[in-house]
Amino acid sequence: MLAPVNHILPLTTIERERALPVAGNVIAKLNQKVSPTDVIAEATWAREHVLIDVARTLNISSNAADRLLRVKEGDKVAAGSELAISKGIIPHTIRAPQSGRVVAAGGGQVLMETGETTVELKAGLPGTVVQIIPYRGAIIRTVGALIQGTWGNGRIETGAMTNLTEKPDDILDASRLDVSLRGSIILAGLLRDADTLRAAAELPVRGLILSSISPALLPAAQQMRFPIVAIDGFGQIPMNSVAYKLLTSSAKRAATINAEAFNRHTGARPEVIIPLPVSQEPPPPIDVDTLEVGQTVRLRRAPHAGAIGTLAHFPSGLVTLPSGLRAFAAEVKLENGEQTLVPLVNLEIVG
Amino acid sequence: MPVSLLQDNSLLAVNVGASSTRAVLFDVVEGQYRFIASGQARSTADAPFKDVLLGVNQAISHLQTVTGKTLLDQDNQLITPVQSDGSGVDAFAATLSAGPVLRAIVVGLLSDVSLESARRLAETAYLQVVETFGLNDQRKSDEQIDAILRARPDIIILAGGTDGGASRSVQKILEAVGLACYLMPEEKRPPVLFAGNQSLTNSVKESLQKLTPSLHFSPNIRPSLDTEDLAPASRELAQVFADIRKRQMPGVDDLAAWTGGRLLPTAYAEGRIIRFLSQMNGTSRGILGVDLGTTAAVVAAGFNGKLTLSVYPQYGLGDNLPGLLHHTQLDDILRWLHLDIAPSVVRDYLYQISLCPGTIPVTKEDHAIGHAISRQALYLAMQEAKRNFPPEASLLRRDLLPLFEPILAGGGALSDSPTPGQSLLLLLDALQPVGITSIILDQNNLLPLLGAAAEHNQLLPVQVLESGAFMSLGTIVSVISSATHGTPVLRARLTYTDGNDARAEVKFGGLEILPLGIGQTARLTLQPMHRSDIGNGPGRNAALQVVGGVLGVVIDARGRPLTLPEDPVRRRELFKKWLWSVGG
Repeated sequence: MLAPVNHILPLTTIERERALPVAGNVIAKLNQKVSPTDVIAEATWAREHVLIDVARTLNISSNAADRLLRVKEGDKVAAGSELAISKGIIPHTIRAPQSGRVVAAGGGQVLMETGETTVELKAGLPGTVVQIIPYRGAIIRTVGALIQGTWGNGRIETGAMTNLTEKPDDILDASRLDVSLRGSIILAGLLRDADTLRAAAELPVRGLILSSISPALLPAAQQMRFPIVAIDGFGQIPMNSVAYKLLTSSAKRAATINAEAFNRHTGARPEVIIPLPVSQEPPPPIDVDTLEVGQTVRLRRAPHAGAIGTLAHFPSGLVTLPSGLRAFAAEVKLENGEQTLVPLVNLEIVG
Repeated sequence: MPVSLLQDNSLLAVNVGASSTRAVLFDVVEGQYRFIASGQARSTADAPFKDVLLGVNQAISHLQTVTGKTLLDQDNQLITPVQSDGSGVDAFAATLSAGPVLRAIVVGLLSDVSLESARRLAETAYLQVVETFGLNDQRKSDEQIDAILRARPDIIILAGGTDGGASRSVQKILEAVGLACYLMPEEKRPPVLFAGNQSLTNSVKESLQKLTPSLHFSPNIRPSLDTEDLAPASRELAQVFADIRKRQMPGVDDLAAWTGGRLLPTAYAEGRIIRFLSQMNGTSRGILGVDLGTTAAVVAAGFNGKLTLSVYPQYGLGDNLPGLLHHTQLDDILRWLHLDIAPSVVRDYLYQISLCPGTIPVTKEDHAIGHAISRQALYLAMQEAKRNFPPEASLLRRDLLPLFEPILAGGGALSDSPTPGQSLLLLLDALQPVGITSIILDQNNLLPLLGAAAEHNQLLPVQVLESGAFMSLGTIVSVISSATHGTPVLRARLTYTDGNDARAEVKFGGLEILPLGIGQTARLTLQPMHRSDIGNGPGRNAALQVVGGVLGVVIDARGRPLTLPEDPVRRRELFKKWLWSVGG
């Protein structure tokens, strides 16, 4: 059976496509080295539009109004500049209510875009631009450790990682956040209260890597200006041992958190990248694999949500679970030596 | 039925859901169409797979293993028609519910007329209405344009104006829609479905033809002020949905090609079969189909051939699970639990399972939480769908469900229960049927596939429905009473064909079962007490022939609407008792 692969890898080649939501300007160049917060592309975005109905204002037909227009599509106009002037003894002038750009002119109307703002696309990871996507962005490649998570607040940041945990189910509380941690990415365990978030913001830290987060804290976590990533999900799930070992052994290294929101449909996931120098690029990770005995797997549901184990055996046919449901399952040997039956659909391969 | 009259001999039907993909084989056995077997695989529409066909091929491969019949060639292409060596199938049908919910903008004129109809039309597909525009919209044209742009629609539904009626107001909104589409990047422009005043068809074409990737027309959903006809527009919307999915999701295009371009949204296909059944029903009672799955909760109700189809992605058990708390309180979910589980655990569950909706509960606690959520989701869906039922629906009381016979239930949450009794109790709690009805479990999730099959073979669904491919849970007698808890409200006697009988005096608040095996018939005599109502009116007796099911005859005297004790300990004890009554 095919299963998704959850990437927790000490060394791999990582390629990520970074693209603007609309066409814009790609600033990055091919083979350019970028840091996560470098802007690689930008686009201008009109926040709002203004429709000026020349025909109705002058009480004339659309065709007649079109003949009076003094602007055309693409023109930049200042506030108060003339858009149309009527004929007659006392000509009536229609002026632009705000500065902006004409995006359509015709049918007796002028449509302007105003309040232009620039959208910047950050690289999101340190690496090399290996492909330019015209008008949209680039593909960036890097080599290092990769740890994928399950929830992120949409921010990106890089910094030195400090480990505040002694075990995978440690709880981060405000008293552990002192001024020495300012500017650090904090490797923490469970986050259960808003005070801790506030304390982290006050320092400020550059990021939080959590095992899991209480759903009640999500609105506050979304507001934080630094990235927050939950590796294993929501509630009180300890960090899975593979990620925990990899992250704790990488303490004091520079790490990048791209806390991109999880999207099951597109495959977007929050992730932590720890760049490492290598002489030769290791193979890229695979996203899908067939379940086989001996593989390291992560269990996705209770009673062992987040636990890591090894696939030991595939019983033939359907098996009955403690819930009473019947499913195709595998016997998984957990790290504490316990063997447990897990439905195949509850497994993801770690690799 | 002679074999020569059958249009095709075998049909392979595939349903691609958000969590699982099922392949089902129908074939002719002794001159009748029969459900032969099904194969199942993980759905592969989403990341990291991102190829619908991968899951389809795996489900068909599983089916091949089960049946020993070869259906795919070496290149994983469908073998059709049946070959001389017996491999292949004669026909293929498919339904699809996988994929992100589509964002829809709905445009109409009067908020309680065309706009309401357009909203109901949107409810017949996997859409989330993200913006509405009507005559009473106070926003200026440019504000409307910005609102459309911000909404990032996948589809725009335009209605408004009775045929030959108002046109100027519709044109004004058309203008805003056209300008907004013009401002969107070409690849992000949404398809537009126009289902309004038919005299505006040319005007709509002129305004929007070049500004949308596809422009669709259907007859007016509101041809006159007092007439609503969603059926033709719903059909067109199903086509638009399939077209959007072809562009969005790799593999859907190939799957649609296998169907000869007749890929249907799962909910639409389910609605079609419910309408078909209600045409055949010929009674004042409706036919109800409910489906609770990862993508949405679907309620399809047919009344004399008229369908009310309601699709609620907000009550689906997948990505949207955390969003359920925007529609209900956590306490409303907790009330359905028969185990003592902390509220925080249930809240965490809603979020955690949204990350992996195709997974299966392993522990009893996890399963109990899942069933409590399913109860509340289906309950909410039913309460909303009820508002759309036509006035001719036969009602005992305005606050209760109309009379239905039968009720068909499917979807992962309902068909994957450990016991039929648990499925039944979930359905009784969530739907709260009234009168006397039978509840049928679609444990193989065949209903939508039969709806898709009916597209080119109308005999197949009829014969499969009559063949016993569905699990009858039993005949349900629901008692409405104002008696106090513990007061006897119904005397029931079930007389078997051998002359023996089973009797029960059911007290208010109780749930009793009189055994009657699958397919067996017996005479059921019911004597309500204290002016209790079993569907014939207060205090009126009933005597009828009933057919058995897995659970026999179930008398639900817990009251309508079902009121649960405030005390959680007492409530959990009651739930355990009811669970025990239906076999645990």
